[in-house]
Amino acid sequence: MPTETANAPSGSDGAEGTGRYGVDNPAPLIVPPRARTARTPKATRTNFELYGWLFMRLSGILLVVLVLGHLLIQLVLDGGVTKVSFAFVAGRWASPFWQVWDLLMLWLAMLHGANGLRTVINDYAERDGARLWLKMLLYTATVFTVLLGTLVIFTFDPNIR
Amino acid sequence: MSTAVIDTSDQSAAGSEPAASHLVTVTFRIRRFNPEVSAESAWEDFTLDIDPKDRVLDALHRIKWEQDGTLTFRRSCAHGICGSDAMRINGRNRLACKTLVKDITAIKDGKGAKPILVEAIKGLTVLKDLVVDMEPFFQAYRDVMPFLVTSGNEPTRERLQSAEDRERFDDTTKCILCAACTSSCPVFWNDGQYFGPAAIVNAHRFIFDSRDEAGEQRLEILNDKDGVWRCRTTFNCTDACPRGIEVTKAIQEVKRALITRRF
Repeated sequence: MPTETANAPSGSDGAEGTGRYGVDNPAPLIVPPRARTARTPKATRTNFELYGWLFMRLSGILLVVLVLGHLLIQLVLDGGVTKVSFAFVAGRWASPFWQVWDLLMLWLAMLHGANGLRTVINDYAERDGARLWLKMLLYTATVFTVLLGTLVIFTFDPNIR
Repeated sequence: MSTAVIDTSDQSAAGSEPAASHLVTVTFRIRRFNPEVSAESAWEDFTLDIDPKDRVLDALHRIKWEQDGTLTFRRSCAHGICGSDAMRINGRNRLACKTLVKDITAIKDGKGAKPILVEAIKGLTVLKDLVVDMEPFFQAYRDVMPFLVTSGNEPTRERLQSAEDRERFDDTTKCILCAACTSSCPVFWNDGQYFGPAAIVNAHRFIFDSRDEAGEQRLEILNDKDGVWRCRTTFNCTDACPRGIEVTKAIQEVKRALITRRF
């Protein structure tokens, strides 16, 4: 639970037991996390959150098709997971259709997941510092994964030794 | 009549028994906080013989008047209109003046099966016992401009509106600003900068009013990062609303208006 306090009493550090608070020396009130204060930044006036919210819905719909299709092909049809090998992947990525499919799935899934985690961090990380660092970590991991995956899809060499 | 004296005493004893038998013994477990005594809040039990058809507010009154005068809570009209006495009763936000004892506790053999838990609403600073600082709540309310904004000359008569136009925002006119919805919202618990359901409901009331001309402005305010997009659609607000407003639906309508720019 949040323990951020306001108007801390002057004598709060005195170890006098429970009787140390009085009419002139009330206990600090427990202020809810991130209450709005004068230092709270002003409104941003952008549509970022709107687009983020829309993106989650639209990418979600697309991902249902992409991911279920992916799972079906990889794990169920035509011998199931046992057929998946280097040759199988090389064969699929010879076709631009599957390249686009996998690329789309990579980007949408990563951005969808990252945006979801961003809202989770916004909702639950109470301190500004914790929020900043968690989001930095998240964005770094997302950019790294997306770039690496894209690089692999476009530079994939089936004749690699 | 020869045994009148004995009879009366017998009868009064017997007579008081059925008269009192409709009363049940219920324990109210109230979360007390007094910053002038301790920095910690603590649960305190009060046992009452009370009519099960009485309201929780009646019980609080009796505790304050008969047992402990220091018990502090807000109430004004005591009839579900002013919205002063929203509190968390048995873990749910309700108005103490609209909650009957029999509806929230199982009664067996003239006793309440479990104590009734009463605490202050969450997400706002507790000042004393059941009284919270409502200022952040009202600040969010003021931020959405909850008043009619028009331009041009003032008409010489009422601003008329069709029944259908009125119907559009009828639900959200019922808000009494009790804060039951906002203080039941998990996003608001964790981040007091979120406008909260009540402010959005009151923005909805004017955004969808055909006579009002500041809908764009209000939508812009709610388009902020702490506006409607922080709603996670958990429906806590709809469940908590003592007026039965479909709060989550109103929030979704504001979201839709922001995307389509039609309202």
